[in-house]
Amino acid sequence: MISPPLLAIDDLEVRFRTEEGESTPVRGVTLSVAAGETVALVGESGSGKSVTSLAVMGLLPRPAGRVARGRILFRRRSEQIVDLAAMPSSEMRKLRGSEIAMIFQEPMTSLNPVLSIGEQIAESVRQHMGLGRAGAVKRAVEMLDLVEIPDARRRVDEYPHQMSGGMRQRVMIALAMSCNPSLLIADEPTTALDVTIQAQILALIDRLRREVGMGVLFITHNLGVVAEVADRVTVMYAGQVVESSPVKDLFRSPRHPYTSALLNCLPARAKRGADGRRMVQSIPGTVGNVGEGCAFAPRCAHSIEMCRTSSVALEADGERSARCLRWREILA
Amino acid sequence: MSATPLLSVEGLTKHFGRAPHLLRAVEDVSFHVAPGEVLGLVGESGSGKSTIGRLVLRLIDPTSGTIRFDGDDISRATERQLKSLRRKAQMVFQDPYASLNPRLRVRDIIGEAIDAHRLASGARRTERIGELLETVGLPAAHMVRFPHEFSGGQRQRIGIARALAVEPKLIVADEPVSALDVSVQAQVINLLQDLRRRFELAMLFISHDLEVVELMCDRIAVLYLGRIVEIGRAEEISTRPRHPYTRALLAASPKADPDAPKIRRLLKGDIPSPLAPPSGCVFRTRCPHATGECAQVVPALRAAGDDHRFACLYDIADEGRPAAA
Amino acid sequence: MEQSPILLFFRRMFRRKLVLVACIVLFVIVLMALLAPWVAPYEPTAIRVIRRLKPPNELNWLGTDEFGRDILSRIIYGARASLGIGFAVVMVSMTVGTLFGLLAGYFRPLDGAVMRVVDALMALPDILLAIFLVAVLGASAFNVVLALSIVYTPRVIRVVRASTLVIRELPFVEAARALGVSARRILSVHILLNVASPVLVQATFIFAYAVLAEAGLSFLGAGVPPELPTWGTMIASGQQYADDAFWVVLFPGLAIVLAALSLQIVGDGLRDMLDPKLRKAL
Repeated sequence: MISPPLLAIDDLEVRFRTEEGESTPVRGVTLSVAAGETVALVGESGSGKSVTSLAVMGLLPRPAGRVARGRILFRRRSEQIVDLAAMPSSEMRKLRGSEIAMIFQEPMTSLNPVLSIGEQIAESVRQHMGLGRAGAVKRAVEMLDLVEIPDARRRVDEYPHQMSGGMRQRVMIALAMSCNPSLLIADEPTTALDVTIQAQILALIDRLRREVGMGVLFITHNLGVVAEVADRVTVMYAGQVVESSPVKDLFRSPRHPYTSALLNCLPARAKRGADGRRMVQSIPGTVGNVGEGCAFAPRCAHSIEMCRTSSVALEADGERSARCLRWREILA
Repeated sequence: MSATPLLSVEGLTKHFGRAPHLLRAVEDVSFHVAPGEVLGLVGESGSGKSTIGRLVLRLIDPTSGTIRFDGDDISRATERQLKSLRRKAQMVFQDPYASLNPRLRVRDIIGEAIDAHRLASGARRTERIGELLETVGLPAAHMVRFPHEFSGGQRQRIGIARALAVEPKLIVADEPVSALDVSVQAQVINLLQDLRRRFELAMLFISHDLEVVELMCDRIAVLYLGRIVEIGRAEEISTRPRHPYTRALLAASPKADPDAPKIRRLLKGDIPSPLAPPSGCVFRTRCPHATGECAQVVPALRAAGDDHRFACLYDIADEGRPAAA
Repeated sequence: MEQSPILLFFRRMFRRKLVLVACIVLFVIVLMALLAPWVAPYEPTAIRVIRRLKPPNELNWLGTDEFGRDILSRIIYGARASLGIGFAVVMVSMTVGTLFGLLAGYFRPLDGAVMRVVDALMALPDILLAIFLVAVLGASAFNVVLALSIVYTPRVIRVVRASTLVIRELPFVEAARALGVSARRILSVHILLNVASPVLVQATFIFAYAVLAEAGLSFLGAGVPPELPTWGTMIASGQQYADDAFWVVLFPGLAIVLAALSLQIVGDGLRDMLDPKLRKAL
């Protein structure tokens, strides 16, 4: 690809000041999203995936959180490349909801309970697109049609609490899409939904991506969802990217031991033991204190002395990259 | 199949509130669980799966129907009569945070189970608490700690130790791994598998995750809006589903395999509210095969081979699914 | 790094300087009340007519009243009665309120009856209800405590019942029920331990209200008999001299304001610290 990616995060570090001292939930995230592709950001709780997305949106809680290092480059519609990490918050606010949009796990908390859904969408398009009142309402109905809410003309007057979880997530998506964003950040958008509803929402996001040609950064802990939606996958562990690969490569031949261990934890990959029982593999221990070396080393079956002592860089190799000293040996 | 089931439920119905706000949580549900057997209850919101778990433990009272446990009809037993049920049937909860009293030490959380049935006292009680912690893979010394000092997975282990304290025959596990991370989930699944074998535990395993259920369970009951739509052996249900809803549920669960065919058949619409379930077959509003008759008749469970039953007026060939691997 | 929970508690509590100041003020007031015979410069009832209505001076730092009694000494002794009555009201209303709140919240059939009485009592203005009760019961310290307890118990019932309704639905209570733990233990261990913090916060507020209400009642003549020095009776008996000798009412008034305000601030501090949602916002 010749044109630079839509979003390129380069060696991002985020620090948080808390009562107990300073913490670094994100300490080495490098990833990119091109226009029209879906990149899944995967990790378990505390891996820093959500903090990364907040940093991109300029929504880190202030003054506790700050970007301490790295750049978040975003290619604007004008082809101008800006660093979101260094952008003043007033500029960021303009960008948010116009060129970059975000959807969350719980749409109820992001929707205003006292405004009808039509009013919320209309308000957003008036602000960002400069439409008049009538035009904005018309656009709101169109948006609800776009996200396949049946009977949009009537439901435009409903309030968030009158809708089901799935419908609210559709409204949230309509709101996000109302200004034609070029990048959509979806933070666990289907985690709170039932399976059959989740399938509908995943299909909807995918359809919109194809139609609009936007890039999607899809944050999730669900590897099934990753396989379903992603073109490329970035795996995080303890605040760092440990692997980035095209989705098929990642599931077929993971390079980082954490990725392969995580995949083996899936019930679908359970193995029949000697006694005939099917057991899942698990990763021993928990995420421990992060020291000098590889953060996963204490739980890794392949770790050697050097893994614990020397810092490990993200090693790029064509379309793939991994943060492991021994991935070649392990694969061989 | 074993001769006498440990748990058998007949025509179980639970309604909450009254008209016009009558919520039909569970409607005419029947099943049985043999000693040492694990039955999975699978369904989405409003399916009534958690309500069934609580009815079986008589934490809530049934509206009608009978629950027989270990030979006794417990459907209408008083709290005093339930004392023996409480020793033989226990519960493990979904939320590892809310299921342990934050103000009590682990020792007191587990000890409460021992005290309630006067199973041990003094040094023997402490020893037993340590034993239970070790059984679930935690150091005995951790008994003096408070819940907030543990991770989610460790808390779930404490909850399991509490349930094991009375040496139950049945455990109702209500989404015991769905709040956990994948790697921790795997540890707890394996622990439950171990314990099940070691103590010959029967389980009612409630979950929305078909893959976990398929792994954990001998048999599976699929629920939709308070009714069982299909029940049978786990492999049978996951490889040869007969009810359109079971098929849709299987098709909608994302597979962690990018080479698997993408979800193609989407169920349209929302799950109806249990406050106003559809007439006839509860699934008909979303069923791709529904006919006029489906609105008239409540389909009864009918046999589809050995210990496999499903509730559909029709027996529709499964055209939308790739051949099972 | 493990921090001692007690240390963390105080660090959180005193992050706001005002809370720290209020705590110190309260501590000093309570200490003075307890040590009254040793810290008060004079007997609170010692009448010296030649020194009546003297403004603050080197002998009587806060002046004297219409009988020549030392106002500072009377305020120090008055703290005993005022705070004592306040404390008694807190104890009675907490005990009774917690008990009924727990029962109403846990045993649904009781709920209707208890809450109807609570609603009825709370519909009346606090001070009016208190005056009415004292008028019926007769003016004495005991009856003031009784009347104010009746006024404030419903607040406690409300708070405890609301918390109980939430906690009884939590899985750990369900787990206890599934284990066959008795209702008495569920209430006294599982629920009581977890309603303790909102009740504690409520207690500091009731303490403040009770100190104010006692003063109000005494001022209106519906409180404790005037012989007993409380801050309220001091203002009540001094009000007719206030035009010429402002110190007679000013200093007891300040004592009331200081005590009530400190209690409120401490209560606010406790609430902010115990409420995780507010804590995060800090």
